Formats: sequence, C-alpha cells, structure tokens
Amino acid sequence: MTPDSLAMVKIRARKVCRVFNIRNTRGAKEGLSVLERFDLDVNEGEFMSLLGPSGCGKSTFLNILAGLDKFDSGKITVDGEPLQEQSFNRGIVFQGYALLPWRTVIQNLEVGLEIRHIEKKERRKIARHYLELVGLAAFENQYPHQLSGGMRQRVAIARVLAYHPDLLLMDEPFAALDAQTRENLQIELLRIWETDKKTILFVTHSIDEAILMSDRVAFMSSRPGHIREIISIDLPRPRTEDIRNSAEFASIRKNLWSMLQAEAQQIQSYGGYL
Amino acid sequence: MKDKFYRGGELLSRSVGLILFIILWEAAPRLGWVMQTYLAPPSRVFYALWLMTARGELARHVLISLQRVILGLVVSSVVGVVFGLLIGYFRRLDRVLDLLFQAFRQMSAFALFPVFILLFGLGELSKTVIIFWASLWPVLLNTCSGVKNVDPVLIRSVKSMGASKLFIFIKIILPSAAPEIFTGIRLGGSYCVMAVVAAEMIGASSGLGYLVLYSEETFNVPEMYGGIIGLAILGIGLNWILQSAEKFFTSWREV
Repeated sequence: MTPDSLAMVKIRARKVCRVFNIRNTRGAKEGLSVLERFDLDVNEGEFMSLLGPSGCGKSTFLNILAGLDKFDSGKITVDGEPLQEQSFNRGIVFQGYALLPWRTVIQNLEVGLEIRHIEKKERRKIARHYLELVGLAAFENQYPHQLSGGMRQRVAIARVLAYHPDLLLMDEPFAALDAQTRENLQIELLRIWETDKKTILFVTHSIDEAILMSDRVAFMSSRPGHIREIISIDLPRPRTEDIRNSAEFASIRKNLWSMLQAEAQQIQSYGGYL
Repeated sequence: MKDKFYRGGELLSRSVGLILFIILWEAAPRLGWVMQTYLAPPSRVFYALWLMTARGELARHVLISLQRVILGLVVSSVVGVVFGLLIGYFRRLDRVLDLLFQAFRQMSAFALFPVFILLFGLGELSKTVIIFWASLWPVLLNTCSGVKNVDPVLIRSVKSMGASKLFIFIKIILPSAAPEIFTGIRLGGSYCVMAVVAAEMIGASSGLGYLVLYSEETFNVPEMYGGIIGLAILGIGLNWILQSAEKFFTSWREV
C-alpha cells in the first residue's frame, strides 16, 4: 500500500473482536461475542453507513470509536494512529438527543467548546453560527423540553458540528422521529455535510436512509457482527428528496433488501434477537 | 388588577380550612366544650403572643431556635451533599455503606439524644448534633440517589467529546443531581424543626421548644400554644425559603 492511499483512510479496523460478559438464564457467566474479526476502512471525507439487523454490533463498534467502549482484540487506527480513549476530534449523536436539560439551547451547543477550553465570547459566536445553520436561531434561549423531537435532534446535530470534530459518529440519529421530520433532517444533514465533507459513520437499520445518505454502505452480518459486504452508492450528489423515486435508487434498494432478509432469517433460525 | 384579584381569591379559598379551624378552636373553649385551662382560645393565644413580642421575649426564643436549626441544617447539608456525591459517584463505596446508612436513617434522632448528651454534654453541641443527625440522612441519601440517577447518555455524549472526569462531575453530574439534592435539603429542613423542639425540651433555657415546655409547667397555657404556633410558622418559613432557593437553582425544570 502506498503512503498516499494510506492517508486517505480515516478509520481502519482490523480483526476487531468484542466479547461482552453476560449472565445466562441460569445465572452463570458467559461470553457473548458481539464483534468478531470485524474489518472496515472508512475513507477521509466519506459518508459511510453501517447497516445490519438488530443486535449485530453496529452500535458497539460506534461506541468503541467514540471511546465509550473497549475492544478485546484486533487493531483500530484513526488517521493512522491507534485509537485514543480520549480525543477532541470526534463527536457522537445519539438517537436520544442527549441534550442537557438544565441548559438552554445555545448553552447546549457550547458544551463541546467548553470541553476544549474555548473562551466564552468565541464559544457564543460559534454556537450561534451553527444554530443558524440548523434553522433554530430563534430558539437559543429555550430549554430542550420546550422543543419538539425534531428540533431537539437538530440541536444535538448543531452541538456536535459546533464542536468541529473531524469524525462524526451517528447512532440511529433519526430513528425516534416521525417520518416527515426524519426526511427533512436527512436532507438537511446532507446539505450541511456537503459544505465541509467531514467523515461520517452513520449507524442505521433503515435501508432507504442508508442509500439516500451514503457514499458507501457497509452491510453487517448478524451477531457476532462483521462486515459482510460493502456497497458503493453511485447516486449523484447533491442528493435531494427526489432521488428516492429514481430507478437506480429502487434497484439498489432491492439488492440490499434481499441481503438483509437473508440475514434476518438466519438469526431467527438461531433463536431470535437479543 | 384582575390578576391580583384572582390571586387574592385563590389565597382566600386555600385558607378556608385554616379559618374554619380557628373558628372551631375559638368556639370550643368559649362554649365550654373543652376547659379553658387546657385549651386557650386563639384570641387569648394571639394576645399572649403580642405581649411576648412587646417584651422582646418571642424574638429571643424564635431567633435562638432559628439559629440552631440553620446551624444544624447548614452543617448537615454540607456534610450530606459532599458525602452523598462521593458515595453516589463511587459505586463500590455505595455498596459497602448502603446497609449501614439505611440502618442509621431509621435510627431516630430522639432515641439517640441521650447518647449525644452523654457524649457532648447538655450544651449547644449536643443540640446541634441531634439536629444535624435528623437532617443528615435525607440530604445524604437523596444526593446519593441523584448522582446514581444521572442519565448515562448525557455522560456518554460529553465523554465522547473528550470531557475530563472533573468536567463530567461538575458540569453534568452536579446539575443533574441538583433537584434531588434540594428535595433532600427541604426534607432535612422539616426534620430540623422537629429535632430542635426535642433538643430544646431537654436541658435548654431558651428557644421555642423550651418556651412550650416551660409554659406548660407553669400553667401559662396561652403562651404554650403561642410557642406551638411559633414553631409552625418557623417550619413554614424555613420551607418557603428552601423552596425559593430550589426554584432559583433548578428553574430549568419543566413544570
């Protein structure tokens, strides 16, 4: 491999294994293998989705990258360096927003900047900029509980963007939202991403969402999870809502759907989900 | 104007029970249902209160009781919050101490008062200790549970952004636990008012608790009821102050 192509790789995971210690029905300790020989390369500036059946370990891998979980063996590098437990270069968006209820919207946006010791005036300026970007400038002094679910997730996204990480991790960020809000936010996230092309690793269990958003979709097997296949989505960018109705979209969708079906059946024959 | 009128109306409707009670209380001894020697009517009680106020006696008793309550509550709040935070934060510590604390919480401060007198004498120290003991446990256990109930996703989200343990503690755990901490302090405050009475009934020469017992012993029944009313007002006042503080510090909460 040439040094040049190495520089293009943002995240490299090789033979990553993660075993959870759980208690089985009889109360005895047991090892549950969640990730096994998990290999994945995510390129710099790429929008990559991790797609797979429930309980396949997608979120586990994301948590490991976010420094929130360990892995038992294998190797992960970010920018060619071994993965650090603490880092100022990554941000995560959860399904459950994770906004601080005692802080106003603008103060929530400033959290990441406080962690990085950016001074107050500068913090406010950056926070305002990103709040405007997600169209919530008028709500800066509201508390999260005063906002709708879609608005809260906008705030969560603005918060992570204001923090300016070079790796964005998203764990089913739109799963809790209604269909209309979800579609709006998908397009909005794409629009924002087009402007600075940060690397995004996006966990989802929605095939449509993965196709619409991604450059590549990494399709995971059922537990113990590993990457079964990686599919490039060669749809033109910038993508809009209309792309869902195109023939190409339909054919990619059909292809992925049949793969997911086969996996789901396989799990069921193992005795169901977690 | 309308708002003011409405609020006045609301206060009136909330006071109906209290007013009826005072009327009944006035009527009972006057109509001879109860002997006046045992139950002084409120008019005489308030007159006694007025006289005590004029002599400056009431202020002296109230202030000394208030001082004891505040001293006990401040010490128990500081100790309770500090240890509650530590114990809630370090899970292992919580496991080791939980049973002991549950036992201590059930141990009545009144039952322990003789022990405190043995250890600390009859002076102010043993009084402060009983008030401290009574209010410590609600503060400590509520703080502890507040820390344990912090939504883990909040911690995870800032941790992923590289937050230090200190940042997580001060900026996430502390504000998140604040409502439960205040509930504990408010509960502790009402226990303080109860404990101060017991403390002042044994070996004291001042305070509302002393006033109640001393008046009873000298058959000054109106003053005895005056002291009891004073204690009620002290409790209500303290609760109001603590509630206002709670509202101020946790104003973000959804109603």
